Amino acid sequence: MILVVAEQQAGNLRKSSYELLSAAQNLSQNLSLPVAALVIGGASSEQAAKTLSQHVVTVYHVTSTDLENFRSDSHTSIVSQIAKDKGASIILLSASRAGLAYAPRVAMRLDAPLLEDVTGLNVQDGKISATRLSYLSRVTETVEALSLPVVISVKPNIFPVFEGQVAGTVENVEVALSNTDLRVKVGQKSSAATGRVALEEASIVVTGGRGVGSAEGFAKLVEPLADSLNAGVGATRAVVDAGWRPYAEQVGQTGKSVAPNLYVALAVSGAVQHLSGMNRSKHIVAINKDADAPIFKVCDYGIVGDVNEVVPALRSALAALD
Amino acid sequence: MKIACIIKQVPDAEARIKAAGGAVDLEGVTFVIDGMDEYGVEQALRLREGGLDAEIFVLALGPKRFEEAIRTALAMGADRAIHLEGDMALDPISQAKILAQVIQKEGAELVFVGGKEADWDSAALGAALAEALGWAFSDWTTEMGVEGSSLTLTHDTDDGSETLSFNLPAVISTQQGLNEPRYPTLPNIMKAKRKPVDKVNLSELASAGKTQVLKQEIQSKERRHTILTGDAQEAASKLVQLLRQEAKVI
Repeated sequence: MILVVAEQQAGNLRKSSYELLSAAQNLSQNLSLPVAALVIGGASSEQAAKTLSQHVVTVYHVTSTDLENFRSDSHTSIVSQIAKDKGASIILLSASRAGLAYAPRVAMRLDAPLLEDVTGLNVQDGKISATRLSYLSRVTETVEALSLPVVISVKPNIFPVFEGQVAGTVENVEVALSNTDLRVKVGQKSSAATGRVALEEASIVVTGGRGVGSAEGFAKLVEPLADSLNAGVGATRAVVDAGWRPYAEQVGQTGKSVAPNLYVALAVSGAVQHLSGMNRSKHIVAINKDADAPIFKVCDYGIVGDVNEVVPALRSALAALD
Repeated sequence: MKIACIIKQVPDAEARIKAAGGAVDLEGVTFVIDGMDEYGVEQALRLREGGLDAEIFVLALGPKRFEEAIRTALAMGADRAIHLEGDMALDPISQAKILAQVIQKEGAELVFVGGKEADWDSAALGAALAEALGWAFSDWTTEMGVEGSSLTLTHDTDDGSETLSFNLPAVISTQQGLNEPRYPTLPNIMKAKRKPVDKVNLSELASAGKTQVLKQEIQSKERRHTILTGDAQEAASKLVQLLRQEAKVI
């Protein structure tokens, strides 16, 4: 069986859950294995489980008030136990921050190989291999799992959203949580929520670099353009280090890794560490007054010019559409 | 208390990475200590400077060239190092099992691991190590305080950040923002040369890995490289037109 561990928040499935179903579907056809999904969470997760059962025949649901907060301890225990009890040979989960935190632990607990942050999956002679990026996303490598079961974390925004429909059922499963599973006390959360689409899920991302000049410059140039495009907002490390924007918006090696349909880089020079977080984007636009900026080497469309002039012009051109 | 800082040596971010015959070729590349690991060394030093009675050791698993990165960590201020030396490329799960044995034998209670490795782009080692040790874990840690055996931390999540608290022993993986690592001073670089480095032959500890890298290639994506000219108004209109009609993304 292929076990898909869905991600939900407040009862809503995250987009990555549908991408995992696409990945699972391909493996299922190749290996003739059935797909089941797992939803973990507090009271509201029931809604997510129900929604998921419209796409997967079997949905396991583990819920408890202790699971309102994500903890890698409790997730590790639940996923490992369900995988063992239900006989999963492939465990698919999202390479979100949460997924990256518990996938290695599940692999360790099941003594299984881990294929991490994968961008593609292949099956040959019953063996599972994956493509993933390494060396600050400058290298694509193919890695084979040498045994089963295997734990696979899948990079968000790479696989298509699954659209298949079935009439599935939700099976509630009890998993006893130990004190160790709950030893981490989760305190205050500060949300990066801005009312905009989440950076990792956005199909368009507009990012500002140091060349926007100031926090005010960022707010004046990057945010309005993002809003005209219904895009997520990103920032470079230099902008975050300068305190103009929060870490949550940072794209790059130590920030988020994104692969939107369109990435618009405003006054971004294009350091290797930044490119590593966005060079999988399907289309890249660069606007920078320095014609030699490395960002132009990876762009599809470039404008050599001052963002203070080009961005307002771009917004009026967008407003004139339709 | 004993604190272990796991470090790696990785290609400098500006180094040109080549691939030949289906494998990355690191010939001629400049190597440095992984920047994410420096945050861990720095944090351990700051805890001690803040009054924590601690011995700080560096633990590295990798080929001989890692010695330079080990010396950097010692020059920052770590007391000694253990180098599990070998050329085999082991996956993070297999590495964590070996590192956990050494950490347990040494009796460390707090372990720092870089949040994401700049060579394998992997964030797995910290989590795998916490699991192998059975210890509490905080990933992408941007702030931490220690009081007795209890830790209070702030870490990055998918939706922003949150505070965590738990007791030692623990594995902490680092994130940018945790601190600003110091540069080793010349006297400390000299002093580091005399600090003890225990060498252990990795092949005596390692078993077969769980994954195998079949192929590595320079990642390349065909890009259009269309540079638009003219004044801002003209270029912007052209761009919008191309995005709609050619790329079909708006």
